[in-house]
Amino acid sequence: MEDLRLTERLVGTDEVKIQARGVNVYYGESHAIKDVDVDILDKTVTAFIGPSGCGKSTFLRCLNRMNDTIDNCRVTGSIRLDGQDIYDRSVDPVQLRAQVGMVFQKPNPFPKSIYDNVAYGPRIHGLARSKADLDEIVEKSLRRAALWNEAKDRLDQPGTGLSGGQQQRLCIARAIATSPEVLLMDEPCSALDPIATAQVEELIDELRANFSVVIVTHSMQQAARVSQRTAFFHLGNLVEYGETGQVFTNPRDPRTESYITGRIG
Amino acid sequence: MTLFAFALLFAATVAAYMLNRAAAASLARRGERLHSLATFHGGFAALVVLLPVFLVILLWLLFQGPVISALVMGGLPEGVLDGLGKGEVSLIAAEIQSIAAGQVFGTPEPWKLEAAERLVRLRATSGTLLVVTVAALSVVLLFLARRTVAPEFRARHGVERMVLGILVFCSTVAIFTTVGIVLSLIYESWQFFRLVPITEFLFGTNWEPQIPIRADQIAGAGAFGWLPVILGTVVITVIALAVSVPIGLFSAIYLNEFASRRMRAVVKPVLEILAGVPTVVYGFFAVLTVAPALRAAGAEFGIPISPNTALAAGSVMAIMLIPFISSFTDDALAAVPRALRDGSLALGATRGETMLKVLFPAAIPGIVGGILLAVSRAIGETMIVVMAAGLIATMTINPLDSVTTVTVQIVTLLIGDTSFDNPKTLAAFALGMMLFIVTLGINILALRIVRKYRELYD
Repeated sequence: MEDLRLTERLVGTDEVKIQARGVNVYYGESHAIKDVDVDILDKTVTAFIGPSGCGKSTFLRCLNRMNDTIDNCRVTGSIRLDGQDIYDRSVDPVQLRAQVGMVFQKPNPFPKSIYDNVAYGPRIHGLARSKADLDEIVEKSLRRAALWNEAKDRLDQPGTGLSGGQQQRLCIARAIATSPEVLLMDEPCSALDPIATAQVEELIDELRANFSVVIVTHSMQQAARVSQRTAFFHLGNLVEYGETGQVFTNPRDPRTESYITGRIG
Repeated sequence: MTLFAFALLFAATVAAYMLNRAAAASLARRGERLHSLATFHGGFAALVVLLPVFLVILLWLLFQGPVISALVMGGLPEGVLDGLGKGEVSLIAAEIQSIAAGQVFGTPEPWKLEAAERLVRLRATSGTLLVVTVAALSVVLLFLARRTVAPEFRARHGVERMVLGILVFCSTVAIFTTVGIVLSLIYESWQFFRLVPITEFLFGTNWEPQIPIRADQIAGAGAFGWLPVILGTVVITVIALAVSVPIGLFSAIYLNEFASRRMRAVVKPVLEILAGVPTVVYGFFAVLTVAPALRAAGAEFGIPISPNTALAAGSVMAIMLIPFISSFTDDALAAVPRALRDGSLALGATRGETMLKVLFPAAIPGIVGGILLAVSRAIGETMIVVMAAGLIATMTINPLDSVTTVTVQIVTLLIGDTSFDNPKTLAAFALGMMLFIVTLGINILALRIVRKYRELYD
């Protein structure tokens, strides 16, 4: 565990971006998330860790209402984004998802050109007033996703032709092109090799300047490397949530300690 | 006798299997290490007996008739066939055959009775010879197969090779049959083009094929220009597609993306039932419901509409094609990875935008392939147009006019009097040939489009 750089962590702000209270999620009969309370801070990387099937991805998908697309899924409790309940009737999930972007486990570029992939969100939300405007958004997003140098000469080529790591960075560029306030990442590096993983992790750290990032990961090293806050999920419960250094070095709950030392999971 | 030969072969096959398996098993019991399991030794022997003997029986049955017939005709008394044409000789042969089968008409000449008797005798001899041959061959093969049983003999490889051969044979049966069909089409079409110049057929704008077959028939002078006929096919196909493609596509999009699960559970099976309706029933519907309704509607507006309109036939054909296009589209949409859908939704796209910009483009190869196959079906569809389209070939693209199609003309040409040295009958084959070429072209195009887009999207 040498690469656990458990140095002092600077949390950018104490401002709460997302406040979840008493969240329960059911898939049909099964109770996937049990009474979870969590405050996700602005301009901070928050990591969700825990064994497979513990509900961390499910909870992540609650934050942009992607669970709505699953037929028998039911969410109760309150999740507030900047004080506004996102499960309120008046909230359009489509607009919410423009505010809360998401990057998936497996890179999923559309079968379109690199340019069209990044321009997809801005186009459907009408963010660009002109072609030049759109070009600028695309370039900016690709630069922030550290893909511009590799992609600038092949913007018209299919995004599916990129390598796995490049595809994932393309998906990140696509997600940040709509300038969301929160970026959700569901195991974004699990399909990538170590070099691509390092690039994406570096990127996540840079994204923190502008977004609140929530990342689900199976790798505790990764959680320790990139996050300032860590939440440990186990069997649908939020067991422990706190400052990353504290969770890894001095866990309060015995279950957290067992997990991070490799005894359960 | 043939049945007996088959029974014999079956018994020999079973015996070969049992013998070799038992022999191999006893080797194994004595502590020998066999390369193949005992059942493979048995199977090897069974196939070694079965395949060659089966082939011999088939060939025997294939050639027995012609050979015996040649022998009988060759043994007729001198002079009775002198000066007779080919057709008359084959008539005599047929008469002898029917006498041999016990159907005697009038009082045949004594030499015919004699020939019939010889035919019966030869057939009996042939049957006996077949059984003897099968028995002898089986015994020899049984013996040869039995000698192969040895620890190091690779019976499993032998079985696998023979089974592979059988698989290859089965997969090429369809191909060779198709080749045979095409060859016969080409032959008959060639006969036709000897009577009617190919340029007249391809570029003529007049189609009046009802010419006399016998000298005393009263009929038209005849004209064999296929353009009005293929134009009719094109008109009906275009109408059918213009109606069925949008309906099929939209119903698939609805079912795939927007319908609730209960809705889907009802609508999908109903669409599939629609696909199973016999086309003759669609034909009734076109003739008895759609066509009169169209006429009545036309009368309201003072437009004269003929009873057999292209519109009626085409729109009913469209109903037939809807489930076809819908299920192809649905499959193509369902095959788009869920990750793409989620990716689009997570960017804040609505379901409609996701469908239009991500799912539909990714599904295009499958959809285009399905539509082109539907075109092939529309062009080749016979029953609906036979019932609902007209018989007179008119050069028109007016959907309210009566048109005829290639398939309708093939049917009418082959109904009633036929004679294979007359252009009227042979024209059917020329039309069939052209139909085959057109649908083949469309299918090749469909495959190419599918492949091209697939390269683009994967």
